[in-house]
Amino acid sequence: MGAIGAASPRDARTLSDLTRFVQPGADGSSRFEVLVKGAKCAGCISKIESGVKAVPGVTGARLNLSTGKLQVVWQGAPVAPLAILERVRDLGYEAQPFDAGETLNEGEREGRFLLRCLAVAGFGTVFVMGLTDGIWYGGVDLSPQLRQIFFWLAAAVAIPVTLYAGQPFFRSAARALARRTTNMDVTIGAALILALALSLYETIAGAEQTYFDAAAMLAFLLLIGRYLDYRLRDKAQGAARHLLAMQSQLARRIRTDGVVETVAARDIAPGDRLLLASGDRVPVTARLEEGATEADVSLVTGESLPVDVKAGAKLEAGTVIVGHGVTLLALARADQSLVADLARLLEAGRQRRSVYVRLADRAARLYVPAISILSIAVFAGWIAAGADFAHAMTYAIAVLIITCPCALGLAVPAVQIVATGRLFAEGMLVKSGDALERLADIDTAVFDKTGTLTRGSLVLQNRDAIDAGVLERAARLARASSHPLARALAGAAGLGPVAPGVREVPGSGLEYDDGGTLVRLGSAAWCGAQDAETGEGSALWFREGDGTPVHFELRDALRPDAAAMIAALRARGLRIEMLTGDREATAAAIAAEAGVDVWHARVGPAEKVARLETLRAQGRKVLMVGDGLNDAAAMALAHVSIAPGSAAEVSQLASDMVLRSDRLMAVAGAYDVARKARRLVMENFALATIYNVVAIPMAAIGLILPIIAAATMASSSLLVSLNSLRLNMGGGRS
Amino acid sequence: MISGIAMIILCALGVGLGALAILMWAISSGQYDDPEGDAMRILIDDPADTPPGPHR
Repeated sequence: MGAIGAASPRDARTLSDLTRFVQPGADGSSRFEVLVKGAKCAGCISKIESGVKAVPGVTGARLNLSTGKLQVVWQGAPVAPLAILERVRDLGYEAQPFDAGETLNEGEREGRFLLRCLAVAGFGTVFVMGLTDGIWYGGVDLSPQLRQIFFWLAAAVAIPVTLYAGQPFFRSAARALARRTTNMDVTIGAALILALALSLYETIAGAEQTYFDAAAMLAFLLLIGRYLDYRLRDKAQGAARHLLAMQSQLARRIRTDGVVETVAARDIAPGDRLLLASGDRVPVTARLEEGATEADVSLVTGESLPVDVKAGAKLEAGTVIVGHGVTLLALARADQSLVADLARLLEAGRQRRSVYVRLADRAARLYVPAISILSIAVFAGWIAAGADFAHAMTYAIAVLIITCPCALGLAVPAVQIVATGRLFAEGMLVKSGDALERLADIDTAVFDKTGTLTRGSLVLQNRDAIDAGVLERAARLARASSHPLARALAGAAGLGPVAPGVREVPGSGLEYDDGGTLVRLGSAAWCGAQDAETGEGSALWFREGDGTPVHFELRDALRPDAAAMIAALRARGLRIEMLTGDREATAAAIAAEAGVDVWHARVGPAEKVARLETLRAQGRKVLMVGDGLNDAAAMALAHVSIAPGSAAEVSQLASDMVLRSDRLMAVAGAYDVARKARRLVMENFALATIYNVVAIPMAAIGLILPIIAAATMASSSLLVSLNSLRLNMGGGRS
Repeated sequence: MISGIAMIILCALGVGLGALAILMWAISSGQYDDPEGDAMRILIDDPADTPPGPHR
């Protein structure tokens, strides 16, 4: 989680400079927003809220579980924002200060507006139906005068209600027309306004039929689809927002007077001296000033083993320090560092990615002209048959109302909201609705190795060849160190005692004096062994006194379900490839184990992009699964991309979906759900079309009564919604 | 007869508009901003917990 974990409020010399995240309120209060990751349940809410309220001075804390935002308010006495962050972290959750921009509440405002429209349309639908449907049933024997009063009342409610609730459609239609294109909303807007106009005309003329109820209901049903679509988008944007905030990393800067202060990464200037502890992520491109350490560059290059870093070496942003804590000299600003470069590459990739047209828009491209032509044809037909202008117009408008894509408006969002909900439960976060549509298209899957197919951490390989006693004695040394190789060995041995007086020599290994016998753990040279080039993995040696050195082979291991997932995808007819920045030998071993036959090793970020370009030129639709900074650009270019939850923030940002668990099998599960979702969308389109095929001829010859229009509209929407729910029923659950 | 119907219609309109007004108030006071959190909050049994209200 970056440099943030290192900042300690207990350090009296640490100053916090987070005041720019604090927003002053009107009444002298201050507001500070924190993004909290990991909160899922009622227990989390009360734990976090009561914990933060216990910070002296804080008057209020409220966690929004839907957005993950914790809003902290205090009045009068200043509260250190860092103390709040630390409290949340102490409770066991990841926390980042949230930079509240003006885009922050845009989604929230849109959601509230759509809900208001939905409420108004619902009210209007019920009320107008109550007024007019009695007339259609003929149950009340009304005089023409009374009927006309009822129609005027219906008009008084339906016209303002429909005009208010129809705003989302009118605005979207106006935007489309301004760009000289059409979309579904153009037909919807026209149908709503024409239905009102026709009904008003009929009311004035004293006719027996009006479409006021149909207009209000049309708006209501379509708004349900629109609201579902918004909820989906909002969730997706929330995930992206979360990731962006996670990038607002903190770092510890050493001031010229020696005081250590906590600053946001973007405030670092070249020449600043930064203090990094073991486990911290380098925030900007920087140079190691003095000493030596080891760094994990797997997120930057894909290399799975830690590398030694010596004084004067340049470290890219995104590198994680795994050895001793060090002081670095910043060489660039955050927006000039590798992460920012990748973010730009990523943006470029997005632009180069072929424009994807959503299924609903593709349907609209066929639908809108067809309906327009049909309505005009009906009008012309009636004129030709000798009808007067008013009647011909009435029938043409009836066609427009009856064909208005009520069920079509629900067909896609209803399926997608069910599909993303199901995937979420299965451990996959879908960041956009069209990502599902794109996932259903793929014919090739490209995987990164380190951290994607593999765990991204080292595992002892030759355990069977090692005596249990030797392993335990070596682990006593290993437990004293934070070096990744030592930690992997300690992990393999489990919990146990630590040898007394262990000395660590950077770059060599560990040693201690066991009653006159010198016991050493470390490199081959350190233990006086012949370095047998094992080719893959990393070697750790152990020697007691003058005994024979014992060899421990440590290697990044395949995730347990990687091979099964590859096999499952291949069984579905997909071509599988692996691209890695790691060495050939390591790549070959992992590829063989995972069952991947096409692989490329020592592939840099630019070459990954080139490979994806080649695949795309061959007409392939590629799914890219990757986790490193080196994958981000390629992922942005792929047809669709998935990142594991352990991935770098940039990669999670670039991806269309994020795996929330360690189960790679969820990738195959997501592909199945995406395919099934597309089938259901197509079924929904078919259902809507069948309904139109039956209803249009009736409307065209003037047989559609308002009651039939209302009934078919409601029943087709219900049918489509129910069909979408089938996605949740058994069958294909992996 | 006519006046009876008029009364019923006016009552229906009043009830409908009243419900709509309450819903509008609930939406603008942020009660629909956190559906997931609200579903969870009913499980917190802390009597000292302040009731949810306008927090913006």
